[in-house]
Amino acid sequence: MKMKKKIAWSDYMTYIGVTIAFVIVSFLKKGGALNRSQLGLLVPICAYITMAISLNLTVGILGELSLGHAGFMSIGAFSGIIAAMSLVNVIPYDGVRMAIAMVVGAVMAGIFGFFIGIPVLRLRGDYLAIVTLAFGEIIKEILTCLIVGVDAEGLHILINIDGSKTASDLNLLEGGKAIIKGAQGAVGTKTIASFTAGYILIMISLIIILNLIRSRSGRAIMAIRDNRIAAESVGIEITKYKMMAFVTSAAIAGAAGALYGLNYSSLAAAKFDFNTSILVLVFVVLGGLGNIWGSIVAATVLYILPEALRSFADYRMLMYAIVLIVVMLATNSSKAKDLLDKLKPAGKEEEQ
Amino acid sequence: MSFTFERGKLAAVPSGSVIPERDLDKTPILETRHLGIDFGGLHAVQDFNLTIGRTEIAGLIGPNGAGKTTVFNLLTKVYQPTRGTILLDGMDTAGKTTEQINRMGIARTFQNIRLFNNLSVEDNVKIGLHNQKSYSMLAGILRLPSYWKQEKAAHERALALLSIFEMQDMADVRAGSLPYGAQRRLEIVRALATSPSVLLLDEPAAGMNPSETAELMETIVTIRDIFQIAIVLIEHDMSLVMNICEGICVLNFGQVIAKGSPEEIQANPAVIEAYLGRKKEE
Ligand SMILES: Nc1ncnc2c1ncn2[C@@H]1O[C@H](COP(=O)(O)OP(=O)(O)OP(=O)(O)O)[C@@H](O)[C@H]1O
Ligand SMILES: [Mg+2]
Repeated sequence: MKMKKKIAWSDYMTYIGVTIAFVIVSFLKKGGALNRSQLGLLVPICAYITMAISLNLTVGILGELSLGHAGFMSIGAFSGIIAAMSLVNVIPYDGVRMAIAMVVGAVMAGIFGFFIGIPVLRLRGDYLAIVTLAFGEIIKEILTCLIVGVDAEGLHILINIDGSKTASDLNLLEGGKAIIKGAQGAVGTKTIASFTAGYILIMISLIIILNLIRSRSGRAIMAIRDNRIAAESVGIEITKYKMMAFVTSAAIAGAAGALYGLNYSSLAAAKFDFNTSILVLVFVVLGGLGNIWGSIVAATVLYILPEALRSFADYRMLMYAIVLIVVMLATNSSKAKDLLDKLKPAGKEEEQ
Repeated sequence: MSFTFERGKLAAVPSGSVIPERDLDKTPILETRHLGIDFGGLHAVQDFNLTIGRTEIAGLIGPNGAGKTTVFNLLTKVYQPTRGTILLDGMDTAGKTTEQINRMGIARTFQNIRLFNNLSVEDNVKIGLHNQKSYSMLAGILRLPSYWKQEKAAHERALALLSIFEMQDMADVRAGSLPYGAQRRLEIVRALATSPSVLLLDEPAAGMNPSETAELMETIVTIRDIFQIAIVLIEHDMSLVMNICEGICVLNFGQVIAKGSPEEIQANPAVIEAYLGRKKEE
């Protein structure tokens, strides 16, 4: 019955759980126990965990279905890449540039979140879902037209709408460098994303979201989710708190995008399509709406699974589907829920 | 029901309402003038004039579908009136939103309970305290001293408010899993948390057993005495209405058919007909 103590406890368990996982994996990495493909998964997993917990803020905590979360991720990825690449000669420390890139990615995605939120948050339910879906696709198309380069004079940006322009139209000075080449996306990116940066990003995102939920603003957001009319009747400004949740969610997704983008030497905007938005939504739904720890576990397991099943070759997608179904059954049946609650005394229940 | 309490002397005011004499020398806390709303062709509420004294317990009664809940929805701007004005403490509330109205001093409960079901009882009350607290989102995330200070105060205030109904032991229970009567009581506590000057209760005793109702009756009076606020209640339970209400207003088909003290209302032929007439129809 004592919900509150359990809540505080479950927050700490989440931080501790993530930290333990980070320490163990770091040791495995140092000890050479991970092969190249496993090492390659570490940063993307961190990025997708962050995506899942940030989307959970919109879907689980605010209670609005968003189908365009990958759009914010792509804004963060590309603005983060531009920031990191244009600072290559200015700031020699990779870690510092990585941090700046994540902040820039978060701010840019947050700004977009705000302007998209103005029309979108007036809508409800299905309509909001459809518009966010459209937004994700529009962002993808716009980023596909983007050509960006940097030289001694600073940044050069072209929007290649008719498809006639190429990176050479940037007319960069000697020593300049194209960072983003339209449909090809970001090319020649110096990969500075690290597992440690991923861990730090997850922890910061967790602190933001968990502390928000336990605060006055977070309660207002959940009040809107549970009963909008009652929330209004006790004097809560619906638009303000919806916007707060939406922008925070977008900003965190932007930071995750920057982490993800700076993990690859080349990255096309097409990567952040509808499927990516849905993938993240699947993590959130299967992990449990409003359940942050669930999002972390679901993102990790479901991201690793297809890779782990590579040896099964043809049966890979079948296995994936079976696991999805099993997870869905497990999270839906009340008996399984009770069982999970017993296994995990600090988890789940209080979020329902 | 043995509960009795000293009802103040009533006095008539120009709107035709009666309010307690003790409130006469102050601006009425709530006043409506020619208030009306149409839903398509239906005149759900017409020419509704009511004055509520600052410490009055007033009753709004009438058969099903008379327009009682609609009046509450008009007062709280869930619906914008088609006609008429609403004065809250002498101030016109035209153009205000539901959320602004609450901050101006009207709090309410709902006929179909509307709690924040997935949150704890305490959190429901703390959400009612939302505008009494002021620390920012950032202070909350960074857990600055203002967060700890105000959260501690909110916790204590929430428990104090819950103790009005002796619900402090249920603070950590999920609101949605409370028994029906407790849910109704929690709605009242949440409304009180917003520190209103007028409390609107829409069928607070619905679904309660007689002993719960009797207890509720006493608590409503206690609330008025402690907080010195006006309470307007819609209720079908006539023993409750006649026991604790001072001025009563009767609606039928969107129109006021009688106003007065409980004794006057009970003796009013139009009221009797409205209620008996309904019985015949059924
Ligand atoms: N949003 C609306 N749109 C159309 N008609 C409405 C709306 N709200 C209420 N009405 C109608 O207005 C009339 C008054 O309804 P209201 O809910 O105010 O009645 P009530 O007096 O509260 O009845 P009850 O005792 O059953 O709660 C009814 O005929 C109802 O159908
Ligand atoms: Mg009603």
